[in-house]
Amino acid sequence: MKILIPTPLRQYAAKNHAVDVPAKTVGEALSSLTSQYSDLRRHLYTDDGQLRAFVNVYLNDEDIRYLQKENTPVRDNDTLSIVPSIAGGCCRGGCCCCPR
Amino acid sequence: MLIIRQTELDSLRRHGEETYPRECCGVMLGRIEGDERVVDAVLRAGNTRVDSPHNRYNIDPRELVRIQREARDRGLDIVGFYHSHPDHSARWSQTDLAEAHWIGCSYVITSVEKGVATVTNSFDLRGAGEEDKCFVDEPIRVLAAEAAD
Repeated sequence: MKILIPTPLRQYAAKNHAVDVPAKTVGEALSSLTSQYSDLRRHLYTDDGQLRAFVNVYLNDEDIRYLQKENTPVRDNDTLSIVPSIAGGCCRGGCCCCPR
Repeated sequence: MLIIRQTELDSLRRHGEETYPRECCGVMLGRIEGDERVVDAVLRAGNTRVDSPHNRYNIDPRELVRIQREARDRGLDIVGFYHSHPDHSARWSQTDLAEAHWIGCSYVITSVEKGVATVTNSFDLRGAGEEDKCFVDEPIRVLAAEAAD
């Protein structure tokens, strides 16, 4: 299956935009990826081995959190997208210049 | 440096005016050439923070997956993101930094004062990872609308 590598992580994956890995589950695919490119691991996982909260992983068009997470089965023609979150805001609120 | 055509810059600024007093957000597609990020297209995105849209934004990851796919189809990369600050300065906040994870991309912020876009600034998200990431001011080079690539 194919894993799409987002812009900020390509420097840790030999500048590849996508990596093909053999896998039967999402977990196997990510494990294969981080075995091949060990520097990726700390960017995807916390120290206790959990996917970082801001790292979204989509199997085709489905968030794996709503499937079977890393136990989600995959097929050869599936695509895994790693998508770091995009969010922010002007301030923490309570600022005198923010409208209510 | 962020390099962007006037038409694309106008588009993202106008987006902030249209969504005022709520924050707008979107994605910039283009090419990364060394230290320069060249914007070829600006894509609007939805703000899922309907609970606090005047000072928060979030792009649905499903939309990012779709945009990422479009970028691949067009032979482009995601080179950055933009959002607006209604009645607030075009400077990054602690929230902006805490929620920024696309190291190597540009984050563009437009101040929209009483519904009118004023200042637009761009910030390069740098660092080796979450622990040392930081925003660095970066210049914006604006090309005429009909400038060639």
